[in-house]
Amino acid sequence: MQLIFSGDAALAEIVWLSLRVSGIALFISTLAGIPAGALLALKRFRGRRFVVTLIYTGMAFPPVVIGLFVYIFLSRSGVLGGLNWWWVPSLFTPAAMIVAQTIIAFPLVAGFTMAAVMGVDPSLRVQVRALGASPWQSTWAILEEARTGVIAAVVAGFGGIISEVGAVMLVGGNIQGRTRVLTTAIVLETNKGNFSMALALGIILIGIAFVTNFFVLRLQGRTFE
Amino acid sequence: MSSTPPLYRLCGVTRRYTSAQSGMRTVLNIRDLSIPHGQIMVLVGPSGAGKSTLLRLLNWLEPPDDGEIHFEGGIYGAQREPPLALRRRVTTVFQRPVLLQRSVAENVAYGLRLRGQAHADARIAQALAAVGLDTMAHQPARTLSGGEAQRVALARAMILEPTALLLDEPTANLDPYNVGVIEQTVRRLNETQGTTIVLVTHNVFQAQRLAHRVALLLDGQVVEEADAETFFHAPRDTRTSAFVRGEMVY
Repeated sequence: MQLIFSGDAALAEIVWLSLRVSGIALFISTLAGIPAGALLALKRFRGRRFVVTLIYTGMAFPPVVIGLFVYIFLSRSGVLGGLNWWWVPSLFTPAAMIVAQTIIAFPLVAGFTMAAVMGVDPSLRVQVRALGASPWQSTWAILEEARTGVIAAVVAGFGGIISEVGAVMLVGGNIQGRTRVLTTAIVLETNKGNFSMALALGIILIGIAFVTNFFVLRLQGRTFE
Repeated sequence: MSSTPPLYRLCGVTRRYTSAQSGMRTVLNIRDLSIPHGQIMVLVGPSGAGKSTLLRLLNWLEPPDDGEIHFEGGIYGAQREPPLALRRRVTTVFQRPVLLQRSVAENVAYGLRLRGQAHADARIAQALAAVGLDTMAHQPARTLSGGEAQRVALARAMILEPTALLLDEPTANLDPYNVGVIEQTVRRLNETQGTTIVLVTHNVFQAQRLAHRVALLLDGQVVEEADAETFFHAPRDTRTSAFVRGEMVY
């Protein structure tokens, strides 16, 4: 407890980097995942079944394997890393970790959003259109009705990346002061036998998850009333 | 017939559905049908006659495959849908209302919100009072009974002050009290605001209670369309006579 509240700069940096990397990754995957999930739920198009299978596979994909693919793509001898394009992040940077976590969170957000939207009464769309909704307004109405599930999708995405260790370890490298996040620090401290520090980091991680879910539940509150 | 042009005129309107089992099937084939302004037009006929399909076409929830729908000076068809502002002058109450997971008042306000009209508390209270639900404004919509939900659906449609209100079997499976409230509200809306009502019903007695004009649909075609007096007491077509007597074999 003393460690948690000591105001240690290194610890604060680890917590801040964890929140920053996972927060940005979640933001990007939410921005892409919610429309993708809604599209898959509401539109019928050629290849939809294949895309849904890919999303479901992505939901169950081991993060460490995603980390491995990202590593291969971003390494200097990899497909993207060798091109030296400015927008391709280098390995062992927070940007590379964000890429890996975005890929992990996207199928979770898209898949759960799709399930939530598909759970809305299909007659709602035609009934809101009859009340004068434009195509965009009717899609928004469906998303609003599915909001409990859509929020749960974002929570699942956040849970999938904030607690993830394999991918960030591979592409980030757990470099002190640069790419060390809560999960990789816990692994390191445990390996060093420094259990009190590992435990303190673990409590912080659980605390972040608790606080996040507390606010999410407040956001969903109207539905649970 | 009155000299003013009708609100709707349908000319050669057809609608076809394609399914894997039965292939292409024509569900609606209307040669010429007019729906006059400010009247209650009741569409009767057995299940599968095309009544609900016709309502969906009148609200542009789906396009016709052929033909023209004349509405408020415009001609619309398979390739031409009226602009949103014109489409918003028509609304439908369905047999099974789907309400938003919000309060009763928010459901009634929904259509106004779509039109960018906020701060309509007085109008919402008025619409809810008209269907006898003014004490339930803040109740979650999911706690309502079937009859109450249908009355909310009617209130959320009425508040939009539509030129045409389309009702697709709105009282099917409701108890006599709720049927009474809905029929009374619809009649009052027609009388006080001149709203054109197009009502689909199986119930011949309900048609007799409400209709100014009645049309019988069979297999997607209009068998007979006449004023209520003629339709019920001096029909031209033998199939209409059979339907009115309740003898029609479906």
